[in-house]
Amino acid sequence: MGDAVTTLSEGSFDEEIAAGDEPVLVDFWAEWCGPCKMIAPVLDEIAGEQVGKLKIAKLNVDEAPEIARRFEVMSIPTLILFKDGEPAKRIVGAKGKAQLLEEIGEFL
Amino acid sequence: MTEVRQVTIIGSGPAGLTAAIYTARANLAPLVLEGEPSSTSDQPGGQLMLTTDVENFPGFPEGIMGPELMMNFRTQAARFGAQIETVKASRVDLSERPFKIWVGDTEAEPTYLSESIIISTGAQSLMLGLENEARLMGYGVSTCATCDGFFFRDQEIAVVGGGDSALEEAGFLTRFASKVTLIVRRDELRASKIMQDRALANDKIEILWNHRVTDVLGESKVASLTLENTQTGEPSSLDVSGMFVAIGHRPNTSLFEGQLDMKDNGYLVVEPGTTRTKIPGVFISGDVQDDYYRQAITAAGSGCMAAIDAERWLEAQHDA
Repeated sequence: MGDAVTTLSEGSFDEEIAAGDEPVLVDFWAEWCGPCKMIAPVLDEIAGEQVGKLKIAKLNVDEAPEIARRFEVMSIPTLILFKDGEPAKRIVGAKGKAQLLEEIGEFL
Repeated sequence: MTEVRQVTIIGSGPAGLTAAIYTARANLAPLVLEGEPSSTSDQPGGQLMLTTDVENFPGFPEGIMGPELMMNFRTQAARFGAQIETVKASRVDLSERPFKIWVGDTEAEPTYLSESIIISTGAQSLMLGLENEARLMGYGVSTCATCDGFFFRDQEIAVVGGGDSALEEAGFLTRFASKVTLIVRRDELRASKIMQDRALANDKIEILWNHRVTDVLGESKVASLTLENTQTGEPSSLDVSGMFVAIGHRPNTSLFEGQLDMKDNGYLVVEPGTTRTKIPGVFISGDVQDDYYRQAITAAGSGCMAAIDAERWLEAQHDA
């Protein structure tokens, strides 16, 4: 795992998504989800390339089910982009790098 | 000038990665175009990426998780020098050698050139094709029971289909859901005996025979399904918060339309008993040419055959 991706927990979630000026893209994932594993390296790469413009964080829904419920996550991977601490964009399902960058492009 | 590869493998399920292991060990430095992440089975690792326990792959007496098995295949291929790229072929031209393969812009120069190609693009799950099904995808409609079952704890959900994958999904989902209704078009199941026995013995599974789904209702997430009795035409409604569809597969063959022979159902055709096609140097393995067995082990077996067919064909070319 690259250091560029922040690991969130139930305790740190609210603070982390509100901190800093850049938008935060949160990856809701779990160990048992095959497609989640396939996008992890893609997110690592994007995090490395977008330092200062975008923060990427991951939340294990097994460890933080309350937060998944709060944002009505019903399918993983789900990516939610938070701007100023509020959800601004939601991407459901695993996607390739080019498509992900296109979907979040307006926030970069 | 783009380097001409000896072997390029399109696809990275059990067939593609077995072909990669064999051709890599034969020093052919294979290039594997593994596909792009997706939440359907059309993704790196293929259909097993969406399964949990694989109980029938020989060598794993306690079973193994599908994604873990595929990660092992991939690691093994990489260990022998297979070059694995996380990209999806957008066009192939098989009209002359070296064959041309594009990634991304199909009007640009070809991305890769290859003396031989092994096609292992597999098959993907069919959906019902309803407008509201697409709208509610990820909001109660799921393509991946193993990914999403967790979110339906203590809820009532439906699985559509009567084959092995439908019954496997239904059984898996009873770990979370309070009740799973299996919606079956006919009055019998297509699934294997062992899967039928398990499903019929599971108290949480109720089978609704002779019904099909005609609509999925819900504002922001699935609330109910509209059903129709396939014998009487009588409509009814079923309140569920989730719908998982497992009604069959279609092969991923659009790249090859007009270039390779296909059956009426879209599956590619090989010379019987081999992986060869009417185009010398093009080989096919795995589910994309198999509408009958469709197992991980048969896909892996045919991937091995394709690797050996390609290796011998390349040798014959160089000797000529």
